[in-house]
Amino acid sequence: MIETSQIIPLFVAIPLGGAFLTSLISKKADWLADLLGIITTLAMFILSLVAVRLVYIYDILMYEMGSWKLPIGIVMVMDGLTSFMLVTVNLVALLVACYSISYMKKFTAKWSFYTLFLLMVAGMNGVIVTGDLFNLFVFLEIAAVASYALVAFGTEKHELEAAFKYAVMGSVGSLFILLGIAILYAHTSTLNMADMGNILREKGASNITILVSVLFLMGFGFKSALVPFHAWLPDAHPSAPAPISAMLSGVLIKSLGIYALCRVVFNIMGVTPAISNILMFLGALSMVIGVFLAIGQWDFKRLLAYHSISQIGYVILGIGIGTPLGILGGLFHLFNHSIFKSLLFLNSGAVEYSTGTRDLKEMGGLSSKMPVTGSTSFIASMSIAGIPPFNGFWSKLIIIIAAVEAGHYWYAFWAVLASILTLASFTKVMKYAFLGKLGEKWNQIREVPGFMQVSMLLLALICLVGGLLVLPTISNIFLQKASDSLLQGLDYATTILNGM
Amino acid sequence: MIPYLLCLILFCEGLYCVLRKKNLIKIIVGIMIMDYAVNLFFILIAYKINGRAPILSPDTDIMNMVDPLPHALVLTSIVIGLATTALLIAIAIRIYQKYGTFDITKIKELKG
Amino acid sequence: MAKEREKGMSLIVKTITRLTVGLIFLYGIYIISHGHLSPGGGFAGGVIIALSFIHLVLAYGKETAFKKLSQSGAAVFESLGAIMFLVIALLGLTGGYFFLNFISKGTPFRLFSAGIIPLCNIAICLKVGAGLFAIFIALILLKIDVEKKK
Repeated sequence: MIETSQIIPLFVAIPLGGAFLTSLISKKADWLADLLGIITTLAMFILSLVAVRLVYIYDILMYEMGSWKLPIGIVMVMDGLTSFMLVTVNLVALLVACYSISYMKKFTAKWSFYTLFLLMVAGMNGVIVTGDLFNLFVFLEIAAVASYALVAFGTEKHELEAAFKYAVMGSVGSLFILLGIAILYAHTSTLNMADMGNILREKGASNITILVSVLFLMGFGFKSALVPFHAWLPDAHPSAPAPISAMLSGVLIKSLGIYALCRVVFNIMGVTPAISNILMFLGALSMVIGVFLAIGQWDFKRLLAYHSISQIGYVILGIGIGTPLGILGGLFHLFNHSIFKSLLFLNSGAVEYSTGTRDLKEMGGLSSKMPVTGSTSFIASMSIAGIPPFNGFWSKLIIIIAAVEAGHYWYAFWAVLASILTLASFTKVMKYAFLGKLGEKWNQIREVPGFMQVSMLLLALICLVGGLLVLPTISNIFLQKASDSLLQGLDYATTILNGM
Repeated sequence: MIPYLLCLILFCEGLYCVLRKKNLIKIIVGIMIMDYAVNLFFILIAYKINGRAPILSPDTDIMNMVDPLPHALVLTSIVIGLATTALLIAIAIRIYQKYGTFDITKIKELKG
Repeated sequence: MAKEREKGMSLIVKTITRLTVGLIFLYGIYIISHGHLSPGGGFAGGVIIALSFIHLVLAYGKETAFKKLSQSGAAVFESLGAIMFLVIALLGLTGGYFFLNFISKGTPFRLFSAGIIPLCNIAICLKVGAGLFAIFIALILLKIDVEKKK
């Protein structure tokens, strides 16, 4: 009775419905907003697990909106990369929603927080699921505008300044993307991704595709904080409330930036050696500059934000290498980074909730009073630095091996160097914040409330067992499908057009 | 060819305004100019020679109309621009409340 | 000796507003209901309806406008419009597809034709009209806070 592909529009409809219901009914009671938030994100997470299973059985699913046929109508496509990103986004969204039940008690207007949060999740899901280029732009803007408002949520001085910088740079990036879409539409006279891939393959490379690639690289580079376009990230991510920092750094820059860039470059325009080289160079530059700028920071969240730039550089380097092993490593590192960077930001939020400060020099010996936060922070620091057997080690190892196999010895050297410097930076964090003697003014602090502990413990658990995702049986369901759908490149178009 | 080039020059003017002006409100106006330039570019793409407006009524036939799809895309894009501008202006008013000035050379507390 | 400032603008503006604000509202409803036959539709009509309320605020002061449409009323209409749009889209699932045009389409160029498009226009008009009015009121109230602090 129910066709299996009808699950696809629910990924956008359920968060949107939850957001507007929250804005309607939960102005009086805070617990209603919490309940709606948790129910919606839990439903999305269960649906995304069902989606992984469906992709394993059917290999690619397609859904036409309003029964308008290809290539006139808007289609929604679910293939391996889509289901992989859906699980990442919805898992982090569920755990952050659980965390913010307790954390957002300090802010007023909790209902507006949950409305904007669910709108952001709806926008991100829409970007991942859609198969039409202008639809991607619309959902990208929904998620981006919701995130501008969320960064400014506390309306203190620093948050407003950071939100303004972020909003201006984000708008300029979106306008570059829109200009690129306009030029592509003029060249191919269609907006559907599969159809556009076919027509571009027939027409061949020309000056217009080079112009459009540069515009898309700039636009999606703004969204994913590649190095020349990274200037908004160190201001925006620390100033947001801690659960929003976790969402921004954990999934927004990946869903809006890296996923969209990969989809456009690999499946629509076809990857050329020039684009590969540029991606690898920008990735290596991000890695090195991010970690060098992070070492001298004394603000906990600003340090984590600079490390985000560096780790995104790893992902872009892995994807830019282009070989199957490289793409597998890049996507695996994307999933791992979502998990441990969200955990680190939630930890910094817990520290700020208990002590009220973010400055590393003032903290000291907190792990005696806050054992859960201290131990999960230790696990996350070991993950991001690449110590075996945590999950960060496996993904960095795969990327370095792929770089060496493809003959790029210099890039592998920079990757190892950045990893060593990351380890140095995080031992500094552990020493100053958690180990050592407890300062006198911190004698009264207590551990954070129960909901926040549950989120952090679950994320730490996934950090521990995440290395198992490379085992062949599990990787066939999850990671291999994702990298296959990127590797099939321009054949994506034939698969979809034949599937109708 | 000339209308497309002029449209792209308008886009670059908006970009210059965002990069070089020191008043918050002028930066917002620069983003609005860039928005208008991209919407205008969409409409210019849709033009066919000797075409008429793409509105169907009982006594016309479908020949000779300009492409109607970019008109629908521009409607959506105008709404998105409106939402972004409203949010930017609200943030700018709040910044004036907290900092007391609209000058970006004096709003420089986040550093490093 | 300072005279207390009267609310709103001069008498000429108030008289003309009383005459025209209803006509502006009616024009907005005309553009929405003929959205499938002539240019316009939900967004343009919603902006015109919001402008009629903003006209009241500018000419008479915000208390008069709040008697017609209060702030919480605007928020309720906004959410109702969005939920109505989503419900119409989900009802298309009964016909088998999201967003399917499932009401009968009738003869073209008549007022009651084209399936779900007029209903979607009404939902969009509610959201855009109430939303723009709420944005305007929020920006006005921010400015009043700044002046009171000084």
